[in-house]
Amino acid sequence: MIRYIRKRLATAVPVFFGITILVFLCLDLAPGTIADLGGEEGGSAGNQAILEERLGLDKPLPQRYLVWLGGLLRGDLGDSWQTGRSVSESIAQRVGPSLILTGTGVALAVLLAIPLGAAAAWRPGSGWDKAASVCSMVSFGVPGFLLSLAGVYVFSVVLGWLPSARMYTAGTSGTLGDLMCHLILPAGVVCVSSMGELVRQTRSACLETLGEDYIRTARAKGLGELAVMRHALRGSLLPVLTTVLSHIPHIIGGSVVVERIFGWPGMGSLLFSAISSRDFGIVMGVTVVIALTVLGTNLALDLLYGLADPRVRREEADR
Amino acid sequence: MRGSMGPLGRFLRDRRAVAGLVILAVETLAVLLLPALFGLAPNLTDAAAGFWAPPSASHWLGTDDVGRDVLARLLCGGRVSLLVGFSAAGISLGVGVPLGLLAGWRQGSKWEYGIMRLADVFQSFPSIVLVLCLVSLVGASVWNIVAVIGLLGWTGIARLVYANTLTVREREYALAARALGGRWTTILRRNVLPNAVGPVWAVLPLRVGRAILSESSLSFLGVGIRTPQASWGSLIQYATNTAVFVGRPWIWVPPAVCIVVTVVSLQWVGDGLRNALDPRFYIGPKT
Repeated sequence: MIRYIRKRLATAVPVFFGITILVFLCLDLAPGTIADLGGEEGGSAGNQAILEERLGLDKPLPQRYLVWLGGLLRGDLGDSWQTGRSVSESIAQRVGPSLILTGTGVALAVLLAIPLGAAAAWRPGSGWDKAASVCSMVSFGVPGFLLSLAGVYVFSVVLGWLPSARMYTAGTSGTLGDLMCHLILPAGVVCVSSMGELVRQTRSACLETLGEDYIRTARAKGLGELAVMRHALRGSLLPVLTTVLSHIPHIIGGSVVVERIFGWPGMGSLLFSAISSRDFGIVMGVTVVIALTVLGTNLALDLLYGLADPRVRREEADR
Repeated sequence: MRGSMGPLGRFLRDRRAVAGLVILAVETLAVLLLPALFGLAPNLTDAAAGFWAPPSASHWLGTDDVGRDVLARLLCGGRVSLLVGFSAAGISLGVGVPLGLLAGWRQGSKWEYGIMRLADVFQSFPSIVLVLCLVSLVGASVWNIVAVIGLLGWTGIARLVYANTLTVREREYALAARALGGRWTTILRRNVLPNAVGPVWAVLPLRVGRAILSESSLSFLGVGIRTPQASWGSLIQYATNTAVFVGRPWIWVPPAVCIVVTVVSLQWVGDGLRNALDPRFYIGPKT
């Protein structure tokens, strides 16, 4: 088992560094720096040079990356270039709202998609199956920002039921009920956009398990359809779980857009404003958080697989 | 009769796939020909009609904030959206296929490790975030957007080609070609590529759809296509103005419908291609 864990870590660590290098390179491609942006009033080339020196921008790229990496290893993500506050502090404030939004959306998606996918596999061609295919079509075909617009149009403009922006009503300290009202639309969008793939995968995984011998045995010994489906669902949970986790980057990307549209004070809107103001400290900080989330969940899933199925860790260790 | 049907026959039997293909063809012809045919000028201010004119006989979808014809902008925006979608998918194909082939052919080598880890890196990070970074930093010209979306979309295709290459390289004809001492580039081109690339055609339409969605999200967020150019996403951006959003849905609903119809059609075509290319998926016509 320890060898297996070591193997999995050995693939995750280079990927982590790869992601940070990739984003670092992307940021470096930008013509001009934050020093140029402030240059309008800031004035002379001299001031700009001083600012660049203070931010360390006068050093070559590899050196800057190593300095940043050294800070990261000491747990210091640096300061925001714009507000001067520490990056970890700015991010810590935003993690909660992001988790609430994405967590609720994904939880809803899982709760709706798994029964729907299972029902679709249970009777292919039935109403359930059609509902499932319409659902995945909407999820794939309608981009998140359009879903958001449509949701706001229907529920805020026409019906006037739900608020269309922010996390709490302005000027109030924010009660749980208020939060819930504000959460419904953005979380609904996250839910619908992540549901399609889940429904599809659940359906095909269940279809596959329904063809297995043990299902025939279950039917032959006279189990009711509900009990049969429970067996089938259990057999197909692992591929479905894989789908959920392999979609995390996609879901995070989607919620960046959703947060931006709904003015949700999460990491997505922080990232968005940091990109437009070229606040690279913040961008790199959010990158680290996203990368750690994705790789951490993947690693956890691999370990779970290894624990659940000895064949997996044997194979992996032999390779 | 049914048993002898080729891929084309199977594709044509799939009603949704054919419908998708027809819709896409009509759309492409419309955005290419109609502006010239009707002499529509997407960037011309019609002072007589004024700003924010409602739909009328001379401007079917009204005019926008500076008096430009919305229908003309919708059609020319469609050109940009479709162009971005197809060219970006083309770039993904051009990068993904060779890398996948190389990684599969050189199994166990540094090439395989490097390429597959690189694919991990790209797949573990939300691509829209990278696209946002790159486009808002490099500048949002149409070709920059095409390049960024295309270059970030290679991983899925590369993985598919990689997996197929792993199986094809062990087939007898590939082994025979190697035993005969063929050059590896020739074997890859003549024996492996044609047999490994089949399933890629089925995912390509989905790539086009994804690229169109990425571009429209970018433009909607205001970092993609900039005025005076238009794309479907940038037209929907008018909806961020509350007065337009609530009172003038004819401006933002048509491009929204165009995006959804296009992406769904692409998906139908992709499903049809998959079923046609791989007979195992073929269930037969619904009767």
